[in-house]
Amino acid sequence: MPIISTAGLARTFQTKLGPVQAVRGIDLAVREGEILGFLGPNGAGKTTTLRMLTTLLAPTGGAATVAGCDLATDPAGVRRACGYVAQSGGVDPQITVREELVTQGRLYRLTKTQATERAEELARDLGLTDLLDRKAGALSGGQRRRLDIAMALTHRPKVLFLDEPTTGLDPGSRADLWDLIRRLRDEHGTTVFLTTHYLDEADALSDRLVIVDKGVVVAEGTPSALKLQYGGSIDASLQDTFLAITGRSATQADAAPVAV
Amino acid sequence: MLLHDTALIYGRYLRQSLRSRFALLFGVLMPLLYLLFFGPLLTDLPLGDEGSSWQVLVPGLLLQLGLFGASFAGFSIIIEKGQGVVERMRVTPVSRLALLLGRVLRDATVFVFQAVLLVLAALVMGLRVPLPGVLIGFAFVALLTVSLASLSYALAMKVRTPQEFGPAINAMTMPMMLLSGLMLPMTLGPTWLDVLSHFVPFRYLVDAVRDAYIGSYATAHMLYGVLVALAFTALAVTVGTRVFRTAGA
Repeated sequence: MPIISTAGLARTFQTKLGPVQAVRGIDLAVREGEILGFLGPNGAGKTTTLRMLTTLLAPTGGAATVAGCDLATDPAGVRRACGYVAQSGGVDPQITVREELVTQGRLYRLTKTQATERAEELARDLGLTDLLDRKAGALSGGQRRRLDIAMALTHRPKVLFLDEPTTGLDPGSRADLWDLIRRLRDEHGTTVFLTTHYLDEADALSDRLVIVDKGVVVAEGTPSALKLQYGGSIDASLQDTFLAITGRSATQADAAPVAV
Repeated sequence: MLLHDTALIYGRYLRQSLRSRFALLFGVLMPLLYLLFFGPLLTDLPLGDEGSSWQVLVPGLLLQLGLFGASFAGFSIIIEKGQGVVERMRVTPVSRLALLLGRVLRDATVFVFQAVLLVLAALVMGLRVPLPGVLIGFAFVALLTVSLASLSYALAMKVRTPQEFGPAINAMTMPMMLLSGLMLPMTLGPTWLDVLSHFVPFRYLVDAVRDAYIGSYATAHMLYGVLVALAFTALAVTVGTRVFRTAGA
């Protein structure tokens, strides 16, 4: 049984200019222990889908289950089963790493002692031990990301949702984060559902890709299968494959000018 | 669970307040300036039937402290929304009501603390007031803070841009201040103004605290004040919780 499955999951926003269909109907099945790359152009509905699957946003159509819990009838179960790292992260820069981790543990109903132990364990696991008494605002970009992920792993979730986890990181920190994500899956069997705009990242990290455009799934498969099917050859770049699928050519008439 | 979660959220935000001691003291500056530079103007004016002008002015300043302070409480959650802290907490099993209550109870603590400072300063300036009256005054400040802060957080969760928030709050607090007789009793004014001010809920709180400050506790003013304060608090917390439960965008 898939750990995440959705059927016709949709979200329409009501705006002054009329309804906007951010997500039109997503059908997905994610296997347990899979690293799934969720790709798509800006505005394709990736973040909206993630926010629905993590109970932050109520769907306006369709249904979904995460770790066997129905999104509509058992949001508490979904929250227990999943961790979420938003694009913006989610820590107060004025608060120390230790306090944020302990408070997070307490929000997951650990006792004070358990939360303190869990904070130290997470810090050890994610290389934050020497930073525990630093304020979150004093961390580097890569350290901040590791803290965000540590926060999301507090309750050992079965599914981890990462929204553009490596945006803004230097190449070294990105590579570290890739290793961390692989290690999570290999050691704990965590299912990782991540969005990214870096196609090399999707290529290197994901077992399977799901490409969305204008609020629907337009293609899915392993990176090589997609390259073969849409890029014309298994040696095609994921960049060309992606552009072939979403129908945006690299040499559009309105492309940015070379010099201004 | 609600108690556990509320205590946790309360602790987090109280520590946040304690980290900025400057802001903690600064909040009391505006009413203190009124006390210093406006209070002496009233000393010899016959404002109330009983008691000194300080017993009329200080209750107004206490509620002014709550009105302006608590109405702007939502600013902090606008910042936290930007940092992603609000969503990060809403993904955990934490009680939605606790996310609101922990914050507003912190605000009530801060403003009662500032109210104590204000009353101490007023005592030095010449205020004389019975102790039960002072305590009743603090209770009203606490209720007012809880209700206004709840509404402020609810509005802050709803506004699209931080730039909208300040003007919206100003547009609501200024008329409320002027029409509730915070500064001077409305009974001094023309009848139409007095009648109009009865449509502003604060009017009843101000009257009740003024009664408490002259030692009359079993009055119609007190009854209406308590009823309005409790009803307003219940309404505001209900609205706030609903917004915290469903907040999407």
